[in-house]
Amino acid sequence: MSTPAPEDRKDTMVGTAAGEPAPDAAAKRGPSIATREKRQGTLNPSGETPYLVVEDLTVKFPTADGVVSAVNGLSYSVPLGRTLAIVGESGSGKSVSSMAVMGLHDRKRTKITGSIRLGGDEIVGLPENELMKVRGDAVAMVFQDPQSSLHPLYTVGNQITEAYRVHHKVSKDVAKKRALEMLDLVGIPNPIRRFKQYPHEFSGGMRQRAMIAMGLVNDPKLVIADEPTTALDVTVQAQILDLLNNLQKEFGSAIVLITHDLGVVAEMADDVLVMYAGRCVEYGTAEDVLARPRMPYTWGLLESIPTVSAANERLQPIKGLPPSLLSLPSGCSFNPRCPYKERVKGERCTTELPELLPVDGAGAHTSRCHLHDKASIYEAEVAPRLG
Amino acid sequence: MLYFVARRLVSALSVVLVTLIATFALFFVAPTDPAAAICGERNCTMERYNEIKANLHLDRPKVQQFAEYTAGIFVGRTFETSGVKQECTVPCLGFSFKSDRPVTEMLKTRLPVTVSLVAGYAVLVLTIGVFVGSMAAKRRGTLGDRALMSSTLIMSSVPYYIVALMISLYLTILYPILPRGSYTPISENPGKWFAGLITPWLVIGIYNCTQYARYSRGSMVETLSEDYIRTARAKGLSDRSVTYKHALRSGLIPVITIFGLDIAASLSGAIFTERIFDLPGLGNLVLQSLETYDLPVIMGTVLIASVVLVAMNFLVDVMYSLIDPRVRLS
Repeated sequence: MSTPAPEDRKDTMVGTAAGEPAPDAAAKRGPSIATREKRQGTLNPSGETPYLVVEDLTVKFPTADGVVSAVNGLSYSVPLGRTLAIVGESGSGKSVSSMAVMGLHDRKRTKITGSIRLGGDEIVGLPENELMKVRGDAVAMVFQDPQSSLHPLYTVGNQITEAYRVHHKVSKDVAKKRALEMLDLVGIPNPIRRFKQYPHEFSGGMRQRAMIAMGLVNDPKLVIADEPTTALDVTVQAQILDLLNNLQKEFGSAIVLITHDLGVVAEMADDVLVMYAGRCVEYGTAEDVLARPRMPYTWGLLESIPTVSAANERLQPIKGLPPSLLSLPSGCSFNPRCPYKERVKGERCTTELPELLPVDGAGAHTSRCHLHDKASIYEAEVAPRLG
Repeated sequence: MLYFVARRLVSALSVVLVTLIATFALFFVAPTDPAAAICGERNCTMERYNEIKANLHLDRPKVQQFAEYTAGIFVGRTFETSGVKQECTVPCLGFSFKSDRPVTEMLKTRLPVTVSLVAGYAVLVLTIGVFVGSMAAKRRGTLGDRALMSSTLIMSSVPYYIVALMISLYLTILYPILPRGSYTPISENPGKWFAGLITPWLVIGIYNCTQYARYSRGSMVETLSEDYIRTARAKGLSDRSVTYKHALRSGLIPVITIFGLDIAASLSGAIFTERIFDLPGLGNLVLQSLETYDLPVIMGTVLIASVVLVAMNFLVDVMYSLIDPRVRLS
C-alpha cells in the first residue's frame, strides 16, 4: 500500500524547461529598467499597478515577557504576474507579515494596524466571515513543510476537493474532476490513483506538488509561498521552483515568496524585500538588490552564500545573532552586528533609526542605512569578496 | 484491512482462551471444595459427598475436566444428579451450586443490564465529554475553560461511589427529582428501560465526562496547533469545519485509546453503579456469587467479561484504523 509508486521517477522530468529563463519570460517581466526609472516614487519597484498593496503594516502580539512587534511599518506591493521575494533570517517577521495578508493570526491575541489591500479591497479589520471568503480563493498559501501541512488522515484528493468546494458550490464529481486536473497540472503522474492516496503515501516532492495543486485549485490572484522548498532536498527544490514559475506564467498570479535562501531569490524573484527585525531594510528589483545591494545586512547575506569558486574558503557568516524583538537595539536594529558602523560620523547608527530612502537620492531602490558612500564601499570592498 | 482484522481476531481469541484456562485453574486453587459446598454443612454424608463428586466429574483428571468444561461451551453437556438427568444446552457453563440454574441462563438475564449501562456511559462520555473538551480547547485560557478544568479536578478527587451514593440517596429517594434506578428489558418497554437507567447513566456519565473533557481538551489543544490546521484555515474553511472536521478527527485518536482502556475499568466499575442503583447486572451477580463461593457462576462471569473486553478492544482497534489510515500499515 505504501510502496512509492514507480511514477515518482517522473519527478525529475517535469518542468525542467524553466531551468534557463525562457525568452518570453524576460519580456513578461515588467517594463525595462529605463521605464522604471521614469516612474520614481511609486511603491512598487516595477511601476505596474499592484494587486497586493501593504502599507505601514504593524503586527504586535503579547507574550509572557511583553508585547512583541513582529512587523514594524512594513510597506510593499506586488502586481499580477510578478514575484516578490521577502528575505530575512528566522524571526525577522517575514512569515508573520504574510500570515497577516491571509488573516491567519489569532484575532484575540494579535494587533494588526496599517493597510493590506487586495485588488483595492482592504483586508485589515475585515470580519472573520468576510475574510474566510478571501482565504484560499483570491489568496492562497503554500506552506513550508508539506509533510505536516497536509492533513495526515484525509486523502490528498479529498483535501484538494474540499479546498475547491469551499469557494465553489459544485457537486463532488465536478470538484473531483477539477482536482484531477490540478494534480495533472502540477506534474503528479497517475492522478486518478494518487487522488485516493494519503499524504504519507507521497514522496516529499510529490507532497509539495499536491500542496501547490491545493493552493492553486481556486485560481488565486495571489499566492504566498512560505519557504516552499525548505523541507525538500536540493534536486526536488529546483523542480518545485520551476513548477511555481511555470504556473505563474499560466495563471498570471502575483507571488509573494518567503525565503532565506538567496539562491531561490535569484531564480524566482522579480522584486526583493530584505527584512531585519520586523522592518524592511532594503527593497528593490531583484537586479538592484542582488547586483547593487546598498545595505550591510544584504551584503552579509550575500557573503554567506557558498560559491563554487570559493569552495576552499571559509564561509563568511554575519556575526552575532538577530536581536530579540522585545528589546531592539536603539538606532539601527542591525548596528550591533554591522561591521561598517564606525564609518558613520557621530553615533548616528546607535541613536537614530535610519529611514528607508532611495539609494541614489531618487528611484524605487530603497535601503535603510546611514552610510553615505554605500555604492563605493560595496564596489570596492564587498563585491570582490563575492567573487 | 482484511489482514489487519484477521490478525486482531486471532489475538483476541487467544486472550479469551488464556482467560478460560486461568478461570478454570481458579476452580482448583480456590480454598473451597465444590462438592462440599453443594453437599451443604448439615446432613452431608460421605456417601452423598462422593456421589456429588462423581456427578460433577470432580474425581476425574483435571485435564479431562477442563476438556469437558470447554467442550460444554461448544456442544453442551449432560449432568446426572441422583438419577435425574440435567441437560445443559450450548453454550454450557455449568450449573450454579446455589440456585441449580444453568449459568448461561443467569448470564443471559444479567448481561443486557450491564451492557445497557456501559453503552449509555460510552455514548455520554464520547459525545458530551469530547464536545466540552473541544470547546475548552478552542477557548483556551478563558474563564469557561478554567472553570471546566477546575471542576474536573474537584470531581475526580471525590471517589465515584460517594458521588453515586449521594445522588442516589438525595436526588432519587429523599428529594425524588430523578427516577430511581431499575431495569426493564428494552424489548419489553423502551420507555421504562430508559427511565430506569437515566439516573445511573447521568451519574456515571457526568462523573467521567469531566475526565474525557480533560483528555480531549489536551489532545485538541495539541491538534489545533498543528500545521495542517493552519492549512485548513488558509483554505477558507469555517471555524466549525476546522474544529470538528479537521482537528477532531486527529484529536480523537488519543481519546479512543483511553476509551479502550477505560471500558475495561467501567465494566468493573459497574459493580458500584449496579449495587447503588439496584440494577440486576453482572456486577451484582459477581458480588453474590463471590459471597457464596458459587464457582461456576464466578467462572461464567469472568469468562463473559473477558469476551466483552476483548470484543471492545477489537472494536477500538477497528475504530482506530478507520480514523487513521496509517494504522492499517503497521
